[in-house]
Amino acid sequence: MPEEGPVLTIAARSAPSTATPFTPGFAGLACSACLTPAPSGPRFVCSQCFGPLEATYDYPRIAGSLTREGIAARPRTLWRFAELLPVEELPLDGLAVGFSPLVPAPRLAAWLGLRLLWIKDDSRNPTLSFKDRNVAIATARARGFGFTTLACASTGNLAASVAATAAVNGMKSVVLVPADLEPAKIAQAEALGARVARIDGPYDVVNRLCLELSDEFDNWAVVNVNIRPFYSEGSKSVAFEIAEQLGWRAPDAVVAPIASGSLYTKLRRGFDELARVGLIEAPTTRHIGGQPAGCAPVATAFGAGSDTIHPVAQPDTIVRSLAIGSPADGQRSLALARVTCGSIEAVEDADTIAAIRLLAETEGILTETAGGVTIAALQSAIAQGVVGPDDEVVAVITGNGLKTLEAIVDAPARDVIEPSLDAFAAWATREGVS
Amino acid sequence: MTSSVQDGGAPLVKVRIPPVLRDVVDGARQLEVEGATVGAALDALFARFPALHDRLTSDGKLSTFVNVYVNADDVRHRDGLATALGETDTVILLPAMAGGADQGGPTSRAGTVSTVWAPDSA
Repeated sequence: MPEEGPVLTIAARSAPSTATPFTPGFAGLACSACLTPAPSGPRFVCSQCFGPLEATYDYPRIAGSLTREGIAARPRTLWRFAELLPVEELPLDGLAVGFSPLVPAPRLAAWLGLRLLWIKDDSRNPTLSFKDRNVAIATARARGFGFTTLACASTGNLAASVAATAAVNGMKSVVLVPADLEPAKIAQAEALGARVARIDGPYDVVNRLCLELSDEFDNWAVVNVNIRPFYSEGSKSVAFEIAEQLGWRAPDAVVAPIASGSLYTKLRRGFDELARVGLIEAPTTRHIGGQPAGCAPVATAFGAGSDTIHPVAQPDTIVRSLAIGSPADGQRSLALARVTCGSIEAVEDADTIAAIRLLAETEGILTETAGGVTIAALQSAIAQGVVGPDDEVVAVITGNGLKTLEAIVDAPARDVIEPSLDAFAAWATREGVS
Repeated sequence: MTSSVQDGGAPLVKVRIPPVLRDVVDGARQLEVEGATVGAALDALFARFPALHDRLTSDGKLSTFVNVYVNADDVRHRDGLATALGETDTVILLPAMAGGADQGGPTSRAGTVSTVWAPDSA
């Protein structure tokens, strides 16, 4: 491994004037199972054992160059942690992604009986979900590999992110989604310029098709298939930011939704990497995950104390963004929950809706259904003693509630009130707001 | 393994080979093998290409990194490796992307979870 790498420059749309030197820490791809190195490129499977390729880093080199002060001086985007991201250079184009607020949630904490609760509000990204992080990195690499079209299999949030990121990079985008996806998500992706292919089947079928077509359509960067080793690393930046925003430490517990399980497990990888390069103490964080009860293969295995994850053929839940019946990182999620003394909770849709309302009414944050699962999973973990009243907890809110309004808006039209004081007073009395 | 074909032996089925494995099957995208079940078809394939066996199995079991489909169906939603095959079926091998899961064979591969989050591979 070379001692000195090229010194590049961090620039971002949000703050180009605060450009800072950056020595890449990325050390290539390697199989996460057999550790065989692979050339950096649009590939995701180990040629030797068929295992998943992952990004590797030169941690000693990063430890020698990356400091808290250096990071603090950088633009407030995910690129402030560039040394720990799988890039050798930073994109000149792109959305201003990351460094979402870590919001204190005292009213929700009081309601839940917690001392200290924070919301990592990742719905405050350019396309209103955390997926912008993954796509920012995937796109930077895809352009470098020479691709001009971005594609993905999506449960909705990724579709919009791919569309917007393609737009701002002057690329084309094609997104494959389950045909019954929420209309707002399809409209958002289409408005941002994506060609939306609505596939007849649940997400796992869409994903299988995407795996197959990445072979035939090899001029497409399918961000969560052939660019996946780079794409998936974006989720780590949520953990990097949480630690920095807490004053350089990991929380006692972190709560996140589980779809593929990538975000859930990458949060730990993020905390572990910060510890490894000397920026925080070794984390003792318990990882709490949530899945909708109508598609809870990992929560079911966790609850049963089993190592076997039975895929769900037909997910049945309003939480479309978590309706992945065969989660790619299911086994790792299971192991993470167990090793960290965390848990993986199955959440009924009714509890998800109640939790969306609870977060909205206590903290003024309207989240999509996945965020409802996160808050409800926290409630469940508290009820079971996995999280205690004295714990400092971070709940990761991954998407904005305007994407899934149908979950909380009742179908019948609201009363129309006659424009008179009497009529209004009668309405106020009925509503209990007088 | 019991055969669903009563007369004339096992059916000839197609098996689609993913790009990363084509170097051990002489570059073929698709091959034809005989097999009354998914397991039998894979055994026939492995007999023809022992290098493929080395890459896709571990401790004598199909790797948890491989997902197997018959046409559009994940075999885990059918009878796993015992899923019966007919003449018009195509077996598709696809990467399980990350952690993987067992295919309904006798045992799962416990070693899959050994590298949980931050591999010491740098």
